[in-house]
Amino acid sequence: MTDFLLELRSEEIPARMQAGARAELEKLFRAQLSAAGLEAGDLTIWSTPRRLALIAKGLPEATAAVSEELKGPRSSAPPQALEGFLRKTGLTQDQLEDRDGVYFAVIDKPGRATTEVLSEAIPAIVRGFAWPKSMRWGKESASSESLRWVRPLSGIVAIFGEELVPCEVSGISAGFATRGHRFHCPGEITIGSAADYAEKLRACHVIVDHEERQSIVRDGAAKAAADAGLTLVEDEGLVIENAGLTEWPVPLLGRFDEAFLEVPPEVIQLTARVNQKYFVVNGADGKLANGFVCTANIDAKDGGAEIVAGNRKVLAARLSDARFFWEQDQKKTLAQHAEKLANITFHEKLGTVADKVERVAKLAEWLASEGIVPNCDPALARQAAELAKADLVTEMVGEFPELQGLMGGYYARAEGLPDAVADAIRDHYKPVGQGDDVPTAPVTVAISLADKLDSFGGFFAIDERPTGSKDPFALRRSVIGIASIVLANGLRFSLRDAMKWSVGRVVARRIGAQHAQHAFAIESALVAAGLASSGQPSEDYKETHLLPKLDALAIEALDRAAAVSSEMMNFVADRLKVQQREAGVRHDLIDAVFALGGEDDLVRLLARVKALQAFMATEDGTNLLAGYKRAANILKQAGEVSGTAAATPPTAADAALLAALNTAEPAASAAVTEERFTDAMAALASLRAPIDAFFEGVMVNDPDEAIRAYRLGLLARFTGAVHGVADFSKIEG
Amino acid sequence: MRRRWANAAAIFAPAKDIAAVADGADKTPLSFQDMILTLHAYWAARGCAILQPYDMRVGAGTFHPSTTLRSLGPEPWNVAYVQPSRRPTDGRYGENPNRLQHYYQYQVILKPSPADLQEQYLGSLAAIGIDPLLHDIRFVEDDWESPTLGAWGLGWEVWCDGMEVTQFTYFQQMGGFDCKPVAGELTYGLERLAMYIQNVDNVYDLRFSDAVGDVAAVSYGDVFLENEKQFSKWNFEVADTDTLFAGFKAAEEECKRAIAANVPLAAYDQAIEASHLFNLLQARGVISVQERANYMARVRDLAKGSCKAWIDSQSERWTAKYPGWTL
Repeated sequence: MTDFLLELRSEEIPARMQAGARAELEKLFRAQLSAAGLEAGDLTIWSTPRRLALIAKGLPEATAAVSEELKGPRSSAPPQALEGFLRKTGLTQDQLEDRDGVYFAVIDKPGRATTEVLSEAIPAIVRGFAWPKSMRWGKESASSESLRWVRPLSGIVAIFGEELVPCEVSGISAGFATRGHRFHCPGEITIGSAADYAEKLRACHVIVDHEERQSIVRDGAAKAAADAGLTLVEDEGLVIENAGLTEWPVPLLGRFDEAFLEVPPEVIQLTARVNQKYFVVNGADGKLANGFVCTANIDAKDGGAEIVAGNRKVLAARLSDARFFWEQDQKKTLAQHAEKLANITFHEKLGTVADKVERVAKLAEWLASEGIVPNCDPALARQAAELAKADLVTEMVGEFPELQGLMGGYYARAEGLPDAVADAIRDHYKPVGQGDDVPTAPVTVAISLADKLDSFGGFFAIDERPTGSKDPFALRRSVIGIASIVLANGLRFSLRDAMKWSVGRVVARRIGAQHAQHAFAIESALVAAGLASSGQPSEDYKETHLLPKLDALAIEALDRAAAVSSEMMNFVADRLKVQQREAGVRHDLIDAVFALGGEDDLVRLLARVKALQAFMATEDGTNLLAGYKRAANILKQAGEVSGTAAATPPTAADAALLAALNTAEPAASAAVTEERFTDAMAALASLRAPIDAFFEGVMVNDPDEAIRAYRLGLLARFTGAVHGVADFSKIEG
Repeated sequence: MRRRWANAAAIFAPAKDIAAVADGADKTPLSFQDMILTLHAYWAARGCAILQPYDMRVGAGTFHPSTTLRSLGPEPWNVAYVQPSRRPTDGRYGENPNRLQHYYQYQVILKPSPADLQEQYLGSLAAIGIDPLLHDIRFVEDDWESPTLGAWGLGWEVWCDGMEVTQFTYFQQMGGFDCKPVAGELTYGLERLAMYIQNVDNVYDLRFSDAVGDVAAVSYGDVFLENEKQFSKWNFEVADTDTLFAGFKAAEEECKRAIAANVPLAAYDQAIEASHLFNLLQARGVISVQERANYMARVRDLAKGSCKAWIDSQSERWTAKYPGWTL
């Protein structure tokens, strides 16, 4: 058993691609060996900016010899069949075995030397390597067929045991020589085997193990900060990136002018991280301090003093820019900034950002004034909504888009706006993902919800819906955000109404745009209708309110809005199932409640689902479900019921079920109305014994038509009573 | 007068070790002009023809036809030159220590890209006085793309102690056509590099030239501060936008006429002109966000058309000289 070393040396590989490249190297190597009949076994894969390395432990010297047996034609078959078989196997007739009238060819394949396998595998791996972006270079690039690699490939080391694995790719031949650190050890170094590879490189200022370099960055940065009485702000992304940019990482602490600390800490951290890949540090008070940690790639002759001085200067220039933006932005109020939103297209079919802001403001105001978001001042909600997007046109957010919201919050506070407004501006994008904070402050809740509802409704109205992996406007995230906000705050309202509000304006605007003279009337009518009823606009409404005033356009708008909001409800149901799966809520039970139709109050819906789930976990629940399914089956098979039902219960079992239904039906229905869902389940549970006894004691399909009709009627009442609580046909099990 | 560059061909011969060159160099930082002369000598010693700036207003050294057009086709091409570059929107009336509407780029094109391009480049840094064991030099991913030239390449921005000092690119496409073979492009930001070497915080404080005898030293501000004030004002406030719009249209028409007349070099001049006029219109703030994309597409069409006409006019010669070469 022998170890194999492969090193692919390259000009600097982007840090962000190195992890993917390690996985790709492993995948291709295993595939190549397995195709040759070798098991790759235990692999070690390392990367630096200038090399990818692979060590395969304990490979055999050769692949195993195999004997392959092929069945040929019958000896009685026409000669053409035999000729074809001989051609295929490359044998002559006397080399075949005749077994009971059938020809067999036995082909012995001797084992191949592993070196030979590797010689072929390496060029195949290099040529087949998938990089996120690749390029051509050098004089070979005069041809379109030249090798592509992430950056120019500069050398290959391939050693099996202590033997060279001879191979060549695009003019680069494998050898024993590699190079050490670019500046500390620029010459060639000779590798003997996989065993001495890492240590020989270490002696030449290269730490080839990326995890070791990550530890050095992580621990070294923390220590550099601690030595100065500071605490490193941990950032694993930066650890990996800096380890991917260096072969010999040396974290160094620098300080910047304390005066820059007047700029918000998030801005300083982002400037340092994004532009310069520096860590930032906190002082003893837990607040951002005027220090940074950069990671050099050399042991500098002067201990790094020049490097720190240079980096400090670069950071100072960056922070000066940031401070300039900070001061410049505050020369205008947010309201003044917001004027520019009229020049920015939100989406070509949805108007400008200013248009969106106005829609969100109206919706937020409505959520507040209807009391849907309790304790929310409608005027504050409107104010916050009008300013929430203003920071998009500030210099700072232009430079750092990820600071949207946050900067608006800072600027709002700086100009003395109420805290509720500033907080709402800051937090209205939340929750950004699962696990992010969900807003609870009333004004923030109103803006956040209105903003997401507007995007959801607007994009659905213009048929921009997520498909498969494509969700360019992050609508799935918006809907999960809507559900999280509603549930976390216990907001009670018809989601359908709110959706129609947001869809309605967009639909009306789009239809109205083609018929400008009616635009306003359509929009007003639509909003009124959308809010007046929670289902389809009634025919009466269309007749009495619309037709006298408008033409078919308004009806088209209304129908369209209603259709879109139904599709939106289905989308919400799907997202809710995904979101609730983590909380252990069964998706079929959500379906069972959604299937009742009309339920668009998410809080009530989920309370009912949860009560149902608790019930289904009891013996009563499972038995009732079994009884329900049996009843539903019988009803399905019965088809049209003929004959008149008997007037009185034919037997005691019938009478018992009737009595139980007479009690349970009003109890369940009252409990549902009063949202006592556990009581509703208890009412259903009271039906379990009578329905079991019924099925045990009577035959539904009695020969007497009147009795049969009576019993089918009972069963229909029974399933109807159950449907009053949930559609049990959707429940699995 | 220090004539450090006079002998540079010998001093910076390729065989020299980078660190040894840096150690042997005079520790007094180079003036701005000495830095340019040193780079000239360094690249001349490596076979580059030292060209002069192109005599038109351009936004970057890449616009010089010696880069744009000559990076196409199979012929080897090794040149270095300084290119004054104008970016009207970057003007700050001489009040910002780092921002200029007119500055210099040092541009090196090596086609095909040599295998030791990185080492040659690092040698040039050592030659102008940057010791790689004292300063942290890094190649950080930065893919280059010029929408107006229809060009892109892969490479890095080169950092020196965290500051970007050079754009290092392997051209993959120019004018929408594959570069076959690929050229290596180095673009040094001369002012930044000089500020770093001379350790000054304000570009106008740079030593442009040193004192010689009775003749006093000249600062960058002596040469350019007044230019920055006047051109910032003209770019942002004075330039007549009707004239600029008319000029853009005229250049566009003339470019198309020149392409039709099969004089691609002249056509390309008009593409450069249109590109600069577009930049001035942007500085005047008269091009809306929606129009911007439209103007950029028009400039790109001119640049691509010029590149195509250049290829068409040369390809017969190219294929005769390099049998087997195809577009």
